[in-house]
Amino acid sequence: MYVAVKGGEQAIEAAHAQLAEDRRGDAAVPELTLMQIEQQLGLAVDRVMTEGSLYDRELAALAIKQARGDLVEAIFLLRAYRTTLARFGASLPVDTTRMTIRRRVSATFKDVPGGQILGPTFDYTHRLLDFSLADPEREREPTAAVDCPKPTSGSALPGHAERAARQSEGGVGAISGPPRVIDVLDREGLIEPERSDDDSGVVGDVTREPLAFPAARDVRLQNLARADEGFVLALGYATQRGYGRNHPFAAEIRIGEVELELAPEELGFSITLGELTVTECQMVNQFTGSAAAPPQFTRGYGLTFGHTERKAMAMALVDRALRARELGEAARTPPQDEEFVLYHSDNVEASGFVQHLKLPHHVDFQSELVLLRTLRAEAGIAPATTSP
Amino acid sequence: MSRYNFAFLDEHTKRMIRRALLKAVAIPGYQVPFGSREMPLSYGWGTGAVQVTASIIGPDDVLKVIDQGADDTTNAVSIRQFFRRTTGVRTTTRAHDATIIQTRHRVPETRLAEGQIVVFQVPIPEPLRWLEPRETETRTMHALEEYGVMHVRLYEDITRHGHVETSYDYPVRVNGRYLMRPSPIPKFDNPKLDRNPALLLFGAGREKRMYAVPPYTSVRSLDFEDYPFTIERWEHACALCGARDAFLDEIVVDDKGGRMFVCSDTDHCERRRSAP
Repeated sequence: MYVAVKGGEQAIEAAHAQLAEDRRGDAAVPELTLMQIEQQLGLAVDRVMTEGSLYDRELAALAIKQARGDLVEAIFLLRAYRTTLARFGASLPVDTTRMTIRRRVSATFKDVPGGQILGPTFDYTHRLLDFSLADPEREREPTAAVDCPKPTSGSALPGHAERAARQSEGGVGAISGPPRVIDVLDREGLIEPERSDDDSGVVGDVTREPLAFPAARDVRLQNLARADEGFVLALGYATQRGYGRNHPFAAEIRIGEVELELAPEELGFSITLGELTVTECQMVNQFTGSAAAPPQFTRGYGLTFGHTERKAMAMALVDRALRARELGEAARTPPQDEEFVLYHSDNVEASGFVQHLKLPHHVDFQSELVLLRTLRAEAGIAPATTSP
Repeated sequence: MSRYNFAFLDEHTKRMIRRALLKAVAIPGYQVPFGSREMPLSYGWGTGAVQVTASIIGPDDVLKVIDQGADDTTNAVSIRQFFRRTTGVRTTTRAHDATIIQTRHRVPETRLAEGQIVVFQVPIPEPLRWLEPRETETRTMHALEEYGVMHVRLYEDITRHGHVETSYDYPVRVNGRYLMRPSPIPKFDNPKLDRNPALLLFGAGREKRMYAVPPYTSVRSLDFEDYPFTIERWEHACALCGARDAFLDEIVVDDKGGRMFVCSDTDHCERRRSAP
């Protein structure tokens, strides 16, 4: 009788044992290895690394396995590990013009210096279930795209370059490090120059400092990079449907490897720590100008770990929407409201708080019952008899 | 747990939190922003209070953890286990023996003493939040001591219903200055906060705020001269220990409307029953 919630230790232990058993599933089915997750569920790994804010494919794979494929739970696991790691410095800004390109497309120009490179994209697949994948025994024929052109310069990274299905021969020898499309507009003065909104040179850290408003763009971008993909996607989508409309064009989306460099003070020069795969999206948005500024294009920016294009594009839309104050636009819609966006974007926070409603609340509920009965009694409603 | 520090958090983080706590103690009821860390338990499960406890706990402390007043609710069990694993400190269910009491939704019935610390789990720290969703606005309102809207809300409740429609997380004024949420304790517990000899610390992890009520500080529940603040009363006594002055949980014992009322504070109830 009196055990419903006041269950205690044995109940928790039993629940954990059952969780472990369910995670493993049927013991007759071979157990997943981290390498399989890393290799064959790579996009799940990319999302968990991005929103978990930790670039480590193996740990992300472990988190996905432990979370039974629940990616928000996996992100939580990775965050709770990351939080214990020491900070030993800030890297130099990543230079995406020196990216080794896997994929790079621009929607604003038919062709661009360096060419359009489709790379491994779902974009033009027909979403028909490929039943041959259901039969792991059968070695499948390689698809017709085997004759993708060899990169002319790319001796360094044959593995990636071979996968680059090039659409255009625009920039011969430019697989690594084509110029940014947006810089073409920049040279003509058609787009606002990229400038920092503070001169301190110190980058904020949303994992160390609580949010304060108005939030600077570095903090906003950090928040959005870690933000729940679904939340950012919905907000970005809303801007396209008139809630903070800003007429976006995808100037460039590029995916590939960049080097991460650190310049320790005591060394006096920078050293390369390693290589990251990132997705970068530069959005160009219309701006009609104001009393102080002539009409010019404006920018929205997205940067995420791995191949996470949907997130990077949505992030760029929301980044632009959040610049309303800075650009003198009226901020009337949720995507332009930085408190609304930044406080509700984190899925670890949101998931925890929504689900904490599962915890017992019977003390507060009891207080409400007492109050409600008092109010009803005063309204002259007799309590219903409790015995039949 | 050998790869983690004593009480999970690294010492730099603990120092940062203790500094914020000092500020909180110096300005009673003021919400201090702090660099809340991601913890290995869910937001809404007590991450703020866990960080506070982790930052003040030492090897000689004796810890008690309660949820809904009880030591044996699942979340209390889980948090107690967390600290047992990460610190190895002694834990207790007796409020009297504890140096630190972490709590969710209740203040123990037992009168606390000097030297004890109560750490409250706080979901929403801002008392003005339901009246104004924007943090930028509410911070300004606190700075200007602009609390009229809260009085208006209570007034409207009374004109409409004859009562203030808040039964828990009932707003208080601390040290005659800051409006504060006492966390979702029933208003029954509000009078216990006033001039309490123990140090009361409040941690909100997801919202990244902490605040404090130092020992013997005045904590007044908002009311009006002609509508003084009142607390819940039961017609029943505790079915187990016979207490008439404790907060009672209502237990549904069958599907025919049968009810049983028992103390929400399990330690209090057990001590009364074992008393000679």
